[in-house]
Amino acid sequence: MTSTSIATPPATVPGRVTGPRHSVNRRSPAGRVVTYVLLLLFLVIVLMPAYVLVVTSFKSGREIGVTGQWTLPTHWTFASWDKAWTALAPSFTRTFELAIPVALISSFLGCANGFVLSRWRFPGADLVFTLILFGMFIPYQAVMIPLRQIVQTIGLPPGIPTLIFVHCVYGIPICTLIFRNYFATTVPVEIIEASRVDGAGLLRTFAWVILPIAVPGFVVTIIWQFTSAWNDYLFAIFLSNTSNGPITIALNALAGAQSPDYAASMAGALIASLPTLLVYIVLGRWFIGGLMAGSVKS
Amino acid sequence: MTTSSATVAPERAPRRRRGGSAHGKARHWGPGLLLLSPSLVLLAVFVYGLIGWTMKLSVSDQHNALPSQGFVGLKNFTALFTDDINDRFVHSLKNLLIFTVVFMVGALVMGVLWALLLERGIPGEGVFRAIYLFPMAVSFVASGVVWRWLMNSGTGDQAGGLNRIFADLHLGFLENPWWTDPHWGMAAMAVPAIWQLAGYVMALFLAGFRGIPAELREAAQMDGATTYRLYRHVLFPQLTPTALSVLIILGHMSMKMFDLIMSVSGAQWITEVPAVYVWQTLLTSDYAKAAAISIVLLLLVAIVIVPYLIYNNRVERRS
Repeated sequence: MTSTSIATPPATVPGRVTGPRHSVNRRSPAGRVVTYVLLLLFLVIVLMPAYVLVVTSFKSGREIGVTGQWTLPTHWTFASWDKAWTALAPSFTRTFELAIPVALISSFLGCANGFVLSRWRFPGADLVFTLILFGMFIPYQAVMIPLRQIVQTIGLPPGIPTLIFVHCVYGIPICTLIFRNYFATTVPVEIIEASRVDGAGLLRTFAWVILPIAVPGFVVTIIWQFTSAWNDYLFAIFLSNTSNGPITIALNALAGAQSPDYAASMAGALIASLPTLLVYIVLGRWFIGGLMAGSVKS
Repeated sequence: MTTSSATVAPERAPRRRRGGSAHGKARHWGPGLLLLSPSLVLLAVFVYGLIGWTMKLSVSDQHNALPSQGFVGLKNFTALFTDDINDRFVHSLKNLLIFTVVFMVGALVMGVLWALLLERGIPGEGVFRAIYLFPMAVSFVASGVVWRWLMNSGTGDQAGGLNRIFADLHLGFLENPWWTDPHWGMAAMAVPAIWQLAGYVMALFLAGFRGIPAELREAAQMDGATTYRLYRHVLFPQLTPTALSVLIILGHMSMKMFDLIMSVSGAQWITEVPAVYVWQTLLTSDYAKAAAISIVLLLLVAIVIVPYLIYNNRVERRS
């Protein structure tokens, strides 16, 4: 990291957050104790909702009273998980059918755009890039009213197919950003120059030179788009319903009733979070890569 | 991975001449534009086109499902500020302001604190970092389920969730009605949002700290700078761009906050913000009004985002 004017690291160099770069300025022993005490305190606070989720999900509906809310279940039971799974199973499958194509398609589009905008530039490329980026920040309410009409007009089947299309379109900016940063920082110009001297055209260069070396970028965008599509609620509530929508809609229906079954709701929240949590745990480094890209800097 | 079959390169494909030297240039960047064009068309239509459409709706009198498309100028906008029942829109803006202030300050303070605790590197750092950041992987809808339970408004004998903990720890004075408080409820609504995003702020600042050349620290310490002065005068100034990014990201997320509120409280007067108001208005098929609220929301976000994008563009060009 040589530049000081640009604070955040390029999106797709995972692990930049890790490891201190210096060994000076160590804390005193007392300072260390205070540091750890604080860190552990915050750890407990951050994990508290997770504790509540897990513990409550294993209680039976009857055991959820005002007293003993924070204690472990007296009788561990899967009854609430059963109930939640029955309510969420169809939408759970549908959400995979949504999130996987979204992740793949928007990553591919982002890769093509990122490559052009970083390594095959044209006059006005910066302006075009800025205009693309703007699409990432808009409140989607500002397009939602006509969007509902237009997806019907072009004949997209309601539910998952509509949501796939919509997530792909509005995922273009972030994927473009991630890939542009990736190509700008990690792919040497010489590679492209070499293939140009060879006489390879843009499409050929893209297919045979760029795609193979873009794999780390793909990991980041695929995780990012998978997670966003999986966790999305805004598009889902505007463009689908409980019978054809993703899991966030089904979960909100399960948990949002007038007198909700808290045990089942919490089991449901855990079920709805498992895939993205699993991705976070297994592929955490790349997950963070996507988060970093959110800060635009290249 | 090279190819020697130069003669069949797509660049050689016949193309409409643009004449003179422009032809050479077009040959150079034409294929790039081609590769970019599907995305450009989609975004032109679905971002800019649809924003234009929403703007058109916002100056029309389409207050129901019937296609009456009269032009009413800015009437829908002035009505939001002066003629809304119970000042509903102004109320939603106030809610948004309280939420935004508490959320941004809270997430920033927690995130910076965590980054400060971790940035010098300690054993077990990875575990702390991973756990502080994990809420980012969870949807607002899922975390809303547990936060609704935690922020149970019952007190005294009826205390549940966090209020129960406060009672059991003899901290009864901390018991409060959370988001159901008619004046400051939105401050409580920011708590789950802080929980969810403080780890993200930490990650951005950690990256910032670690981007500072070690020589700067060493030099400061050679000069005998105290820890306070080191941070205040050497390290923090280096993190200004990081802080700017963080503020912009948190700010625009806050203004768009929808999922969390829908999940914790549902659409209710007491916690209504413009993003939720749009949804509520659409349920009554008042398209013109919903469009007007959306456009105000878009403008709020644009005021923050557009200068940032322009600034970012300049910084990049300079470097």
